[in-house]
Amino acid sequence: MNDHDTPPSKAAAAVEIDSVSKVFNLGKPNEVHALDGIDLTIDDGTFVSLIGPSGCGKSTLLRLMGALTHPTEGSVVVNGKSADQARLDRDYGMAFQTSGLFEWRTVTQNIELPLQLMGWDKAQRKERALEMLDLVKLAEFGDHYPRELSGGMQQRVAIARALSFRPQLLLMDEPFGALDEMTREHMQTEVLEIWEKTRKTIVFVTHSIPEAVFLSNRVVVMSPRPGRIAADISVPLGRRNFDTRESQGFFDSITEVREALRFEGSTR
Amino acid sequence: MATRDETARAIARHERKEAVRRGVRRVVVFLAFLVALALLYTGYKAFGESINDAQTEWPVIGRVLPRTNDLTMPPIMDIVTELGQPPQRNSSKPLAAFIAEASLFTFREAAFGFFFGMMLGLALAIIMLRSRWIERGLSPYLVASQTIPLVAIAPIVVIWGSKSMGWLPFDWQPWMSVSIIATYLTFFPVAMNGIKGLQSADPAAMELMRSYAASRRQTLLKLQFPASLPYLFAAFKLAATVSIVGAIVGEISGGVPGGLGRLILDYASRYTTGPSRLYASVMGAAVLGIVVFGMVTVTEYFVMYKRQEGSAAP
Repeated sequence: MNDHDTPPSKAAAAVEIDSVSKVFNLGKPNEVHALDGIDLTIDDGTFVSLIGPSGCGKSTLLRLMGALTHPTEGSVVVNGKSADQARLDRDYGMAFQTSGLFEWRTVTQNIELPLQLMGWDKAQRKERALEMLDLVKLAEFGDHYPRELSGGMQQRVAIARALSFRPQLLLMDEPFGALDEMTREHMQTEVLEIWEKTRKTIVFVTHSIPEAVFLSNRVVVMSPRPGRIAADISVPLGRRNFDTRESQGFFDSITEVREALRFEGSTR
Repeated sequence: MATRDETARAIARHERKEAVRRGVRRVVVFLAFLVALALLYTGYKAFGESINDAQTEWPVIGRVLPRTNDLTMPPIMDIVTELGQPPQRNSSKPLAAFIAEASLFTFREAAFGFFFGMMLGLALAIIMLRSRWIERGLSPYLVASQTIPLVAIAPIVVIWGSKSMGWLPFDWQPWMSVSIIATYLTFFPVAMNGIKGLQSADPAAMELMRSYAASRRQTLLKLQFPASLPYLFAAFKLAATVSIVGAIVGEISGGVPGGLGRLILDYASRYTTGPSRLYASVMGAAVLGIVVFGMVTVTEYFVMYKRQEGSAAP
């Protein structure tokens, strides 16, 4: 029954981070140690949240996985290859806090963008875009421009775009950070549905404890300056549903994450 | 969902209608201002003439403000009637036809100048985008190029054009040299706004392109260029009006006949025998400027109407 908690049988590692440090402005007066001695392995098919106060380097860690920035020390391996190679092979999709939709493209054209860059032909693109619109429940909105959609709908388009070329890994950096609480909970349910349907590996950066607990198999708690992994908490909640948010297990896990965050705060 | 879709379509329809209405309102306001200006001109003139003899003793009229005699300020009706009359005794066409022909001639020079200036400006912006060093090195020279007086370079360009363009498959005409002078003025705003616009692409969108392993060329065409369009259209509006100025000044200082520049020069030299002619030809230049500005604005509307400022934010 507990399908939600068990990773796929051949638990290959989607991401392997080995003693990674990241220093910005190395050797300059404004040198910042963003990350220090990070070891983290993420199994294929898991939903992992990175949580921590601002400045704990959680976004930097995500960006390292996407090869949008590079470690000062250590190695980042994605799908068994260097993060850079994984980026060139288009192994991951990405979604940010701002949807980053192109305002001059319709919803469909936005979803087709990565496919177009990869040289897909028109018919294939169209077909996949329709499929993705269905997945994020925006089938009626294909011909609309982003400005005609609400913030939550825009984020759904961004997620559809990130998944359009079927990457096995999805990197999400506070994708619901700018949404109101109700839309946010709705989006969380939808992302879980997508995760259950597609069995992607999802790495999700957030600073909301309930969000992290509700979504993930595993919550990685980070502490700031320099960013370190403070706790690695597994969340045994099983398949989520409407009652999950009101269950004792949910509150227990929230307390556990909160304690981990607080403990980190007091030792500084 | 379907109703929502219909609502969106209705909104789009409404927006298009609203845009047309805005356009009409603009023209009406423009005409109202034209009438108001004509009334102001005529009223001032009438007032000045009513105190005619005392004009020189008034502290303002005749000293700071222009005198109100017919030589300095021909009556508006004179200018209008002059448009219907032949400008010389031996010509059969009315002045309006001369001005229209000259305007078309100048428009052609300006249009080529605008086109090549746009291309050159865009090319420079893309080159500067490639490297900060090139941007830093090139910018001062671009700025300096605009401080060289046109009067100085126009004759050089005209002579150089007729001497060194023999290798082209067509005969080099003097007006083509004038186009080059217009190009010289138009590339500048395009290059300056172009680089700013290309750099204005949303950083999140830039990272997104990187995450797709998009090539530089793809990033330029799919993201940076579309993102730069609002900046480019601002530059095109400036460039369009400046291309007319460049063409007229180029004609005058390069001694090229056929356009508004020569017409203005002619009528200026014979000002005392017919000031209305100069006024009329200057107005021709003004109308031409408004027309090219309007052409860019209409193009902008058709390219940009589906966008809205700040719409990328959630």
